[in-house]
Amino acid sequence: MTSVEFVLGLGDDALVAAQRLAEWTTRAPEMEEDIALANIALDQLGAARLLLTYAGELEGAGRDEDALAYLRDDREFRNCLLVELPNGDFAVTMAKLLILSAWQLPLYTALSGCADERLAAIGAKARKESAYHLDHASLWVKRLGDGTEESHRRMQVALDEVWPYTHELFVADPAAPVDPATLRADFDAVVAAVLDEATLTRPADGWRPGGGRDGVHSEHLSYLLAEMQVLHRAHPGAEW
Amino acid sequence: MYGNDFSAPDDAPGGGLLGEVEAAEAALREAAARARRGGPAPGEDLAAYFTEVIDADQKIEPRDWMPEAYRKTLIRQIAQHAHSEIIGMQPEGNWISRAPSLKRKAILLAKVQDEAGHGLYLYAAAETLGISRDELVELLLGGRQKYSSIFNYPTLTWADVGAIGWLVDGAAIVNQVPLCRCSYGPYARAMIRVCKEESFHQRQGYEILHTLAHGTPGQKAMAQDAIDRWWYPSLAMFGPPDGDSTHSAQSMAWKIKRFSNDELRQRFVDMCVQQAEILGLTLPDPDLRWNDERQAYDYTQPDYDELMQVIKGNGPCNRQRMEHRRAAHAEGAWVREAAAAYAAKRAEQKEKVAA
Repeated sequence: MTSVEFVLGLGDDALVAAQRLAEWTTRAPEMEEDIALANIALDQLGAARLLLTYAGELEGAGRDEDALAYLRDDREFRNCLLVELPNGDFAVTMAKLLILSAWQLPLYTALSGCADERLAAIGAKARKESAYHLDHASLWVKRLGDGTEESHRRMQVALDEVWPYTHELFVADPAAPVDPATLRADFDAVVAAVLDEATLTRPADGWRPGGGRDGVHSEHLSYLLAEMQVLHRAHPGAEW
Repeated sequence: MYGNDFSAPDDAPGGGLLGEVEAAEAALREAAARARRGGPAPGEDLAAYFTEVIDADQKIEPRDWMPEAYRKTLIRQIAQHAHSEIIGMQPEGNWISRAPSLKRKAILLAKVQDEAGHGLYLYAAAETLGISRDELVELLLGGRQKYSSIFNYPTLTWADVGAIGWLVDGAAIVNQVPLCRCSYGPYARAMIRVCKEESFHQRQGYEILHTLAHGTPGQKAMAQDAIDRWWYPSLAMFGPPDGDSTHSAQSMAWKIKRFSNDELRQRFVDMCVQQAEILGLTLPDPDLRWNDERQAYDYTQPDYDELMQVIKGNGPCNRQRMEHRRAAHAEGAWVREAAAAYAAKRAEQKEKVAA
């Protein structure tokens, strides 16, 4: 039996990632990128809706996607810390997207073959989108890494800043339908190839921030939720 | 799932106009099938040939000779239209992070994404007239080309997102549907695509208002307040009254414009009155009433002095909108430079391999 917590964690990852990516709308470096980031945000939001709906059903307490998204506080959110980090500059956003998508792709792929039919169906749909996200992020990490001196510098700084948050994605969960720890080798291989081509250096492993899966977040999440939930909470019980 | 996952109520607007878009598309195909002469004969008067194509309701294409003023008017109009799509992302984008349900968030995100897409088609259409997108963007950022005055008004509540869909997109469609038959081929074709999507957005906006108007008293009040604030700015979108419109006569002769500002404004008012009744909301005009003789509604004109002020740069959000666009452009410069440098390196590598 799949745990509510596991599905909620994946749903929250996608939801919070969507919220951050959508912040780029009207701010991207070029018009094509405005469209691409909105597109990826929409994919993440779509996956979040499927996962949260399923988590609500598993929980059996009558909470739908909106109850879970809008009426939980930050201590009840189960997303990884990576997705809640602020967007920073475009390099930080691409570093985050590279890590997220290089993790989500093998995860959704593995889920698409798992025994839980509902998760398998969600995984099958989402992995196609993750492949596109990974492609997009890889291309930009290469462009920035092997672009100008300035873009190389920014891309390396971004990678160094975000890298420690990778650790939390692979913490072992042997009870889960897919144990995230088993995805590490695949992730490392994919990311190493991109960084190599981008002339970037893989940061050393050291500091290992975590806690997101237990609802112990960074200071950023509460602000993100305050903005996301403000209108919904101001009109209890209303339909939209 | 995603943007398009609800069905509009049967009484939602857009049906009739969408029919007109489809008719324009069919007419475009027929005109292409009639196949105009391949071009002017050697030594033939180019201006006479141009007039003949326009008179025959056929399309001027990028390679055709055209009067310089026709080219300039089209560049100005298409660029302004493209800029409006890009600046128009801001007022609605303002509510993406706070959309009150995940479904509404997805719909709004998809809509704002569509607008960026419309901006891109329109810049591409303008580029067929011999100007580059970069030049047009510079003209916008330098304040030398305009965008629609409507986007200088703020979105203060969620209901504004609904009002923009219903009224602003509604007015845009009434304006743009005749452009689907405009004499310049690339613009007409872009308008057909844009109008189909806009009509969908208008239904979505109407649906938001419909839900609010049938919701809690607080929601209904929010919807009414939004309509009260957006009604006159939407009427002003059709431009100054016919007597004061500088470009109209020539544009009509060239079949760029097909109807006057006042004709389109009247058509819009007539359409909205009935829809507002179905919503159970009031249009903020005490003098709005059916005129049996004219077979149209009498209504109070928008404040054209206010319109002129907004066009001059003195609306509530002009400075904010421009500043936002300039900041995004400036902050993205290093990314665009990186992409160009990377592309140049790749091209160089290919050359080496080939050599």
